[in-house]
Amino acid sequence: MLQASGIAKSYGGNDVLRGLSLDVERGELISIIGPSGCGKSTFLRCLNFLEHPDAGSVRIEDVTLACQGSWSRANEAQAHRLRAHVGMVFQSFNLFPHRTVLENVMMAPIQVKRVAREQAQAIACELLEKVGLGAVKERYPDRLSGGQKQRAAIARALAMKPSVMLYDEPTSALDPELSEEVLSVMRALDEDGMTQIVVTHDMRFARAASDRVLYVEGGEVVESGDPDLMFADPKDARTRRFLRTLL
Amino acid sequence: MRALFSLLMLLVFLAPQLHAEPVVVPGAKDATDLPWASDGEANVPYVFHDPAHESRITGFEKDLVDALAQKMHRKARFIQNDWDGLIPGLSRDLYAMVVDGIEMTPEHKAAVLFSRPYYVTSERIILRKDETGLDTLEALKNHKVGTLKDTTSERMLHRLGGVTISSYEEETNAFSDLRNGRLDAILLDAPIALYYGAISDDMKLVGEPIGSMEYGIAFSQNNRALRDQVDAALGELIKDGTLHHILARWNLWTPLMANYTGDMSEPNIAPDEWNRYREAMASSTGSGWVFLARRYAGFLPLVGQGALMTLAVSGLAMIIAVGLGLLLALARHYGAAPLRFVAGVYVEIVRGTPLLIQVLFIFYGLPAFGIRLSPFVAGVLALGLNYAAYEAENYRAGLLSVPRGQMEAAIALNMTHFQALRLVIVPQAFRTVVPVMTNDFISLLKDSSLVSVITLTELSQTYVRLSSTYYDYFGTGLMVGAAYLLLGLPFVRLARMAERRLGRGMGGMTGHH
Ligand SMILES: Nc1ncnc2c1ncn2[C@@H]1O[C@H](COP(=O)(O)OP(=O)(O)OP(=O)(O)O)[C@@H](O)[C@H]1O
Ligand SMILES: [Mg+2]
Repeated sequence: MLQASGIAKSYGGNDVLRGLSLDVERGELISIIGPSGCGKSTFLRCLNFLEHPDAGSVRIEDVTLACQGSWSRANEAQAHRLRAHVGMVFQSFNLFPHRTVLENVMMAPIQVKRVAREQAQAIACELLEKVGLGAVKERYPDRLSGGQKQRAAIARALAMKPSVMLYDEPTSALDPELSEEVLSVMRALDEDGMTQIVVTHDMRFARAASDRVLYVEGGEVVESGDPDLMFADPKDARTRRFLRTLL
Repeated sequence: MRALFSLLMLLVFLAPQLHAEPVVVPGAKDATDLPWASDGEANVPYVFHDPAHESRITGFEKDLVDALAQKMHRKARFIQNDWDGLIPGLSRDLYAMVVDGIEMTPEHKAAVLFSRPYYVTSERIILRKDETGLDTLEALKNHKVGTLKDTTSERMLHRLGGVTISSYEEETNAFSDLRNGRLDAILLDAPIALYYGAISDDMKLVGEPIGSMEYGIAFSQNNRALRDQVDAALGELIKDGTLHHILARWNLWTPLMANYTGDMSEPNIAPDEWNRYREAMASSTGSGWVFLARRYAGFLPLVGQGALMTLAVSGLAMIIAVGLGLLLALARHYGAAPLRFVAGVYVEIVRGTPLLIQVLFIFYGLPAFGIRLSPFVAGVLALGLNYAAYEAENYRAGLLSVPRGQMEAAIALNMTHFQALRLVIVPQAFRTVVPVMTNDFISLLKDSSLVSVITLTELSQTYVRLSSTYYDYFGTGLMVGAAYLLLGLPFVRLARMAERRLGRGMGGMTGHH
């Protein structure tokens, strides 16, 4: 359902991504791991074109956007269509601080999808209930704990009914017990059949929750496969070195 | 200000004259209209507000113009303008002629077309009552002498040498400095000397009239037709004794005038206007609480009008400043390279040049390109365009204060750039921007006093008028100052409210969660 191929990106001569490809089945939970600065975030952001790749193509559902050369107006229009299927969650939450939690979740459906207000509110309340924030939905984000903020951010993304969710280190800013609140929401979504791609440094989660793990280094996918197999017996020397330094 | 006057005269007459319309009087609404201008602020006895009825314009020049208009079968229409704007207003066709004791010096003759002289006068020395000597020009040497800027008397003192000269914009300031001892003497045109110096109990006119000079009516240089008509009418007024009559009523008929007109008759004409003015001044000087309260209550309507004008100009200017400022800030922050450049240049130019110049440029300079704005529109526009540059910088700082992640989150939610700005970025930027905006509005209120140079009578102009008519800088100053504070107060409160409302959810800003 998601197919990225040959994604390349360089910043002023620094080749950050050297033609990454990734095929995702519906319902899969994929973890992307790798050393700091290897291009994980850049890759994830290329999937919904927050970052414009120099080359490569992304297909999500029935929308394909192939990039070559400079970013055009037509590209932006196509990216807009593609983003309709993608939700994204950031390490620093990026909730809108001037709106309540409920309004954060309702805003995009009302403004972007022109959903009627009552309907948007019903959807938002249901989602907030689901991520365990039913009691605090009238609060402003600055009155939430980190874990609550990240769950609100997930609800906000889900309100747009995406078919794939992207997470860029969703728990790196959180204490372990708060992380668990967020991770359990993600596991629940997995159970519901949501397709999810997670950039993470949390190896326990990567191993226990994902269907597949991608190890990225030097702008390339070095190794990918079943988490248990990879963590138990990495094939590539670079993967082995990386995992050893962590454990 | 008088130096500026000369500069403006130069500027305006160097500018291309894009239109030659000899038949219709410039600025006239119809063929019988005769619009004329003068600076009626504290300009006794030329053209001034009657102290007994503040809204009534009087003065010997006013009477002269009325008589001229009657001879010409036209209707005189008075237009108030600041001294500095009088001549530029001619070429802007705001009016057809200027009558304001303008001396017919070679410099002035180069800039405007003059009628024949309507008054010939000389300089007089004014002293404190207790002072003696100092009754000739020579005797003024080694003394501190006050005079008006850019006048014959100033040049006389320079030529004399050895005098410590203080040149004033307003004669009333010279008189108060004479009173408080900063000056030893004042040298001024005889009419002013008579109406200020001779009326006060603590000053006196001394010595003989010194030198002579002529006042002429000024026209724009391409308006020879009207000049000739006025000259003819003036000739008749001289011949049939009307001018004599007017001047005698103002106690201004002198041997010099007899000499100039060849009219040696001595009809028995009572100096009604002179007496009226002296009585009005005598009854307006008084003391005691009741008297002062009555007087200040009488000023309230004028101060109120001035305050309304200040508020209207500032309010509308602020609306322009906020709207355009936001556009400029967005252009500089998110626009394409050329747009960023243009917006940047605009901000730098506007912030790098004085507001006064901008006001004058828009009002007097733009007509050279065929853009004629009313004083009100020009004032609002000048202030609005100026403050837009400052608001733009303010908003840019506000936009920069919003973390990058906010825009990314909005885009990831599939908002368009515009939606992201409108719903996410601008509301957050607004919060950091409101306190600065309040300050800006307060200073805009104060800067709006600059539009008085383009004939708008707002608060500070009201102050100038009242204080110089009644020699009361203190009480009227307090009144007008209070009016400014009152105008600003609601906005400070409004800003506090807005800050609280916008501050909701913005950690630390409000402190009442
Ligand atoms: N806007 C940018 N301009 C220049 N270089 C950039 C930019 N964004 C990222 N990079 C560089 O690209 C490389 C990959 O960055 P990226 O953020 O994708 O790494 P990452 O794998 O997510 O690292 P981390 O685990 O620390 O988050 C880094 O070397 C970074 O310095
Ligand atoms: Mg990263």
